[in-house]
Amino acid sequence: MKKTKFIILIIPLILIFFNLSYPQEKPVPLPPIEVKAFDTPNDNGHSLSVTWKLSPDDGAGKNNVVAYEILRAESPEGEFEVRGMVPSGENLFDDKGSREKEDKNYLPSHKNYYYKIRAKADNIFSESEVSNPAFAYGQWYHTGKTPVLAGVIIFSIFALTFITLARKGKKLYIRPLPGIEAVDEAVGRATEMGKPILYVLGLGTASDIATIASFTILNRIAKITAEHRTTILVPCYDSVVMAAAQETVRAGYLEAGRPDIYKEENVFFVTSMQFAYVAGVNGLMLREKPATNFYLGKFYAESLLLAETGSIAGSIQISGTDEIAQIPFFIAATDYTLIGEELYAASAYLGKEPVLLGTLKAQDWGKAVVIICLILGALAASFHFQFFLNLFRVQL
Amino acid sequence: MRRTLPFALVTGVGFFMLVQYFIPKEEFEIAYEWILDWTIVIGCFAMLLGLWSLTRVNISKVQRKTPGWGYSLIAIAGLVFMLLVGFIPGQKSLERGSTFMLLFEYIYIPIQATMFSLLAFYIASAAYRAFRARTVLATILLLSAIVIMLRLVPLGPLSAVNQWLANFILTVPNMAAKRAFWIGVGLGVTATSLKILLGIERTYMGRD
Repeated sequence: MKKTKFIILIIPLILIFFNLSYPQEKPVPLPPIEVKAFDTPNDNGHSLSVTWKLSPDDGAGKNNVVAYEILRAESPEGEFEVRGMVPSGENLFDDKGSREKEDKNYLPSHKNYYYKIRAKADNIFSESEVSNPAFAYGQWYHTGKTPVLAGVIIFSIFALTFITLARKGKKLYIRPLPGIEAVDEAVGRATEMGKPILYVLGLGTASDIATIASFTILNRIAKITAEHRTTILVPCYDSVVMAAAQETVRAGYLEAGRPDIYKEENVFFVTSMQFAYVAGVNGLMLREKPATNFYLGKFYAESLLLAETGSIAGSIQISGTDEIAQIPFFIAATDYTLIGEELYAASAYLGKEPVLLGTLKAQDWGKAVVIICLILGALAASFHFQFFLNLFRVQL
Repeated sequence: MRRTLPFALVTGVGFFMLVQYFIPKEEFEIAYEWILDWTIVIGCFAMLLGLWSLTRVNISKVQRKTPGWGYSLIAIAGLVFMLLVGFIPGQKSLERGSTFMLLFEYIYIPIQATMFSLLAFYIASAAYRAFRARTVLATILLLSAIVIMLRLVPLGPLSAVNQWLANFILTVPNMAAKRAFWIGVGLGVTATSLKILLGIERTYMGRD
């Protein structure tokens, strides 16, 4: 009896199961149309792009398209291979190839390729017509970077104009910077106390602009220290930076007419490991008790560790960096801080050379242009004046 | 000559780097990568300079028995020891489990982590100095900091107000200041680059 009941129950279940798992007849989506292949603009010549008109069943009609598969072949009748997939609703695909011949993704320049697009609905699909032939080639100018080029040209014109004016003897007013005004006082203090000055260039490499700006300040400070016969210690994080810093300090001593008191070992390499460097420099501060510490360049998490130790050692501290995250630490822990652009301006302030002051004035004019553009941009965005906003759009 | 040749190199490479930014062509891309490879090669050779400087400075300190010469002795000993460990026969020093890597993982990394941990205490002492309400600006800073710090703390009915205020501080005055900072830095970087390219600023090359 129990057996009969079991059979009666199981037979309908088996039937239901097979009915559910049996492939349902699903409608095939209509294929995409107007498939166009063309060279990807602003590239190195190893990429092609494809566009198409969406399948009528994408977002409408049977509404069953889930994705588009992009296929490529070397001839219209050739074997098409899948190059990628985009979700439904999208109608652009960049077929980015490699420029390396050994790479399996290699896409040569100046060779025709054909594309087909598959509109996929689960396991069934429909294919478009084959596209026009297209070949990839590199461009001589990246049109997406035109706003950057315009900015560079405008700024260069400002700089060259003010440099010429400064050379002709025009007096240029520059806002005083307290951190720079304090340099003479800081060096004088070290001289009176008979203690050295510590100059930290940060963790930047010689290719960082902040480090290069720091070199120029180091040169001016080295000159002042040479005039006062005060020792300057420069512990370096990078050996290329060390080599450049040695030359910079040597130049400062030469300009002061005191090459005889220059000691190469005062500009030395510590280590290229961040916290080991901090330990080395902190140890130096606590042993030597420098009268003044300069932290100018690129700084990361070590900024506060250095500045607080300098504070404990009782040194006057002048800092400056273009790393926004470290600025609050420097402001909290040091006496004077050069914020961002002031780091780049400092060398011109110290040198007072008309040519350098000219570039500073150009920076001010550059800022004026930026402020005007910001106001106009805000108005254009408010009144949906898209053309003006597009002028500033940069594509990388 | 000692400055002319480096200056010509800097100007030539500098202008090339500027121009290649606007030219996506393959040849320029290859040249750009080639120059970057050179900086790595130069960096490797400069490492020897660094090693020489480190050894010379520390040996000199030990010889002259300057204050703290013991640290220099430890630095030299550590350098020599790690060099020797790196050359132990039958071991690939950079492989996991090698003596070199064991020393690195169980001595160097914990010491480094300890140094980094000190930051927490230094932040506390620096914050104490920064947040003392001595001036109007310092008071504004203190109040803003309180609002920002409390934004993740449940404050009952005050939570919504505090959240709104914290969000306002972060997205309006804070973001405005950050953007002004970045614009200034961008202009400063451009000005400095221009000075280097035109040869106005070349102190880093030394003097003849």
